[in-house]
Amino acid sequence: MELAISIITGFMILGAIYALHAKDLLSAVISCGIVGYGLVICFLLLKAPDLAIVQIVVETITLIIMVAVVLNSSRDEGYAGLDSQGYVQAALSLIIVVTLFYFFYIAINNLDSFGNGSLRMAKAYIEGAAEKTGSANLVTGVVFDFRGYDTLGEATVLVTAVLGVIAILRVRGKK
Amino acid sequence: MKGMTVIVKKTTQILSGMIFLYGAYVVIHGHLTPGGGFAGGVIMAGAFILVTLAYGSDFLNLKKEEAESTATENISILMVILLSIFGFFLGAKIFFLNFLPKGTLGELVSAGVLPLYNIFVGIEVTSSIFIIFLALIIYKEEEST
Amino acid sequence: MITYLLCFILFLTGLYGVTTRRNLIKIAISLSIMEVSIFLFFALIGYVEGGKAPIVSPAEPDQLYVDPLPQALVLTAIVIGLATTSLLMAVIIRIYKKYKTFDIREIRNLRG
Repeated sequence: MELAISIITGFMILGAIYALHAKDLLSAVISCGIVGYGLVICFLLLKAPDLAIVQIVVETITLIIMVAVVLNSSRDEGYAGLDSQGYVQAALSLIIVVTLFYFFYIAINNLDSFGNGSLRMAKAYIEGAAEKTGSANLVTGVVFDFRGYDTLGEATVLVTAVLGVIAILRVRGKK
Repeated sequence: MKGMTVIVKKTTQILSGMIFLYGAYVVIHGHLTPGGGFAGGVIMAGAFILVTLAYGSDFLNLKKEEAESTATENISILMVILLSIFGFFLGAKIFFLNFLPKGTLGELVSAGVLPLYNIFVGIEVTSSIFIIFLALIIYKEEEST
Repeated sequence: MITYLLCFILFLTGLYGVTTRRNLIKIAISLSIMEVSIFLFFALIGYVEGGKAPIVSPAEPDQLYVDPLPQALVLTAIVIGLATTSLLMAVIIRIYKKYKTFDIREIRNLRG
């Protein structure tokens, strides 16, 4: 199980590195799809079918919107190579990346090993959910009954994002 | 914008109803099988986007669809809030109270008020994603004229 | 342990892309890559060895299930990620119409 997830995450990293360095913008957007669809296979291996269904349709719609934006404007990245400001930026970001990776390695050593996490909260949710909410799907019971506020907040965020899109694209200013 | 060729239009005529029905199945059985309101809502939005892309804006009246979709989204989010406030009036003073009877585990009519939450959140997510897509297409229409 | 490290390397790839790329579409793609790595990390935390998917069937009680709480958090987060990406794309369309370019250095230099 660990080996399979590691191989798929390795493919996702390769796809992400290619997406950042592609000259053609359409190729970069399609490589972003590799990362999204690889996550679907990882969710299925980790026994989470709810998340796999949501991720596959959401990734398809994200790709549709990005391809529509790229095809209606320029398709070329337009320039290449680094100038002096670019060299300083790349060096600084590489230093930050290596520092963060070292601190993450120290922090990970204090977690439990993969698959044996502490189950105190999970036991309370699993034993109580089937009787207290009455639903056979535990994730739906947690999302709508035990954690109803989070769902209300998420619906609010969706409505606000739609409000923002309409205000940006459909309202004409004065000339 | 123009629609697509005759083959795509015929295939959409056959398939879009089935995709919408599958999305409705995932929403209604949200408390029994994997899925729920969000997954089924996005699938139903996919059916609407397919019809809009295949037939083009010469054939459909896009501004009227956007107005209707905005009204549907607002009404369904209002119903979610009303359902969650309703627990106050039953004397228990808990927000999100599950006030309908629970029934037996595994039946379609069970789990109290959870199927109603799934349906209303599903309608709201469908309308949101369809509005975002329509806003992009109407903007492109108005730019090219 | 190695899976956590690979997941964080994906996050660092996205962070490198946000800070060093000059094209607006590449910045939006890097933000999407960072979100994907966080969803994978949450799902990895909640896995239990030998557990089943969290659907209770009334015929077989007392099974070992995977933790449902991180799955509930990630379910909400995926749809919110779609909303923010579409809002970012709307802003990028407007910027392209006004300045006719995606380069962030040109946008900073032009005024009005």
